[in-house]
Amino acid sequence: MPTIKFTYALKRFYPGLKEVSIAADTVADVVRKLDEIYPRMSTYIVDERGALRKHVNIFIGSTIIEDKISLADKVRDDDEVYIMQALSGG
Amino acid sequence: MSSSKNTLLIGTRKGLVIYEKRSAGWEYAAEHFDGIPVSYAVSSPDNKIWWACQDHGHWGCKLHLSKDRGANWEEIEAPKYAEEDEIKDGVPASLKYLWVLQPHLNGNAEHVLVGTEPGGLFESKNAGKNFELVRGLWEHPSRKEQWFGGGRDYAGIHSIVIDKDNHDHRYVGISCAGVFETWDGGRQWEPKNKGLRADFLPDPASEVGQDPHLLVAHPVNQKVMWQQNHCGIYRSVDGANQWEDISEPNGVANFGFVITLDENDENTAWVVPAVSDEKRLAIDRALVVCRTRDGGKSWEKLTNGLPQEACYDIVYRHSMDITGDTLAFGTTTGNLYLSENQGDEWMALNHNLPMIYSVRFS
Repeated sequence: MPTIKFTYALKRFYPGLKEVSIAADTVADVVRKLDEIYPRMSTYIVDERGALRKHVNIFIGSTIIEDKISLADKVRDDDEVYIMQALSGG
Repeated sequence: MSSSKNTLLIGTRKGLVIYEKRSAGWEYAAEHFDGIPVSYAVSSPDNKIWWACQDHGHWGCKLHLSKDRGANWEEIEAPKYAEEDEIKDGVPASLKYLWVLQPHLNGNAEHVLVGTEPGGLFESKNAGKNFELVRGLWEHPSRKEQWFGGGRDYAGIHSIVIDKDNHDHRYVGISCAGVFETWDGGRQWEPKNKGLRADFLPDPASEVGQDPHLLVAHPVNQKVMWQQNHCGIYRSVDGANQWEDISEPNGVANFGFVITLDENDENTAWVVPAVSDEKRLAIDRALVVCRTRDGGKSWEKLTNGLPQEACYDIVYRHSMDITGDTLAFGTTTGNLYLSENQGDEWMALNHNLPMIYSVRFS
């Protein structure tokens, strides 16, 4: 199962946050299933259409996902998926 | 007139700031959601629930409520657009901004309406456990073609007025679309923009496409409505059937965002003017509040205690409020001012807050 790792910034909203392994075929699957472990976490990562929020990045390994609209990028069992916040604001 | 509202909820770019009136005067009392933009904060009329709308830069719009005056907050799932909802043909709708939250007047503290960008009005009767999009307004035939963004990417609802005597009778103010009215709880809506002027449209008298920056109704006689519009200040005495331009012809009371009313006098209102839409600056770099006591026939400048040089403050549409004779407003440069005599004299409560989005007494 791919391993999901998170930006430290999400710990503010999920104080017990730690990396998890989730059975999933795509990034969209990963995000959807995160809600089972961390309620409402998907709403922090994607909008109600499932599109990645503008200032959030998801990497598979060291590569940013290609499909930020439907998160259809495939994930393999040995992948590490990183959910990060983009650098922005002030 | 004295007031029992002794708390100020201040939505800022870096969190929710609370001021309280204590024996020594108004004091900084608390901060919530440090670092997170709070686009609007308000309490229910009975003060049982505080609501905070967040515009989190990274993680989306969030909605929180507190039933113990901020000691504890609970995140509520924010309103959502459905999969089939479109801003325009081919442009899927998703929540961009929680612009205003209006508690109902029916005694149910959990009953609220929320105005959002991109133009959806949502209603919840159970403290946000479920929000329903008010379909009648969302499906208004003018929306996809004639509503557009003003200051934001898409049209948004920033003003909600509920008739205290007939709760099915409501108004919304939309930038940019105008004022809309329903008599049946939201199933059917009609634009109510006669008399308004949109200088930015090919047809300035267009019934849809107007830009009311803020719509308010007098709390006692709600047929008397006012709006600070993008193109002047307007008043109606017949429930928005006809609007009259009450801007100051050669004076400063013209462009601005906010307008606040005196609950004891339907002819009194305050605005905080700014230099035209092209610049959005304090007029002559001075901070001026204007007050009318005759329904907009004349305006007086109130400057006592406000900076009169080197000033760049603008006051956004939700950033002024009144309780009794006490007025408070917050500015884009983080100044918080308060007057206990209807604006005759002002005192600064803080010069160092973040940009202020909303000010509400509780």
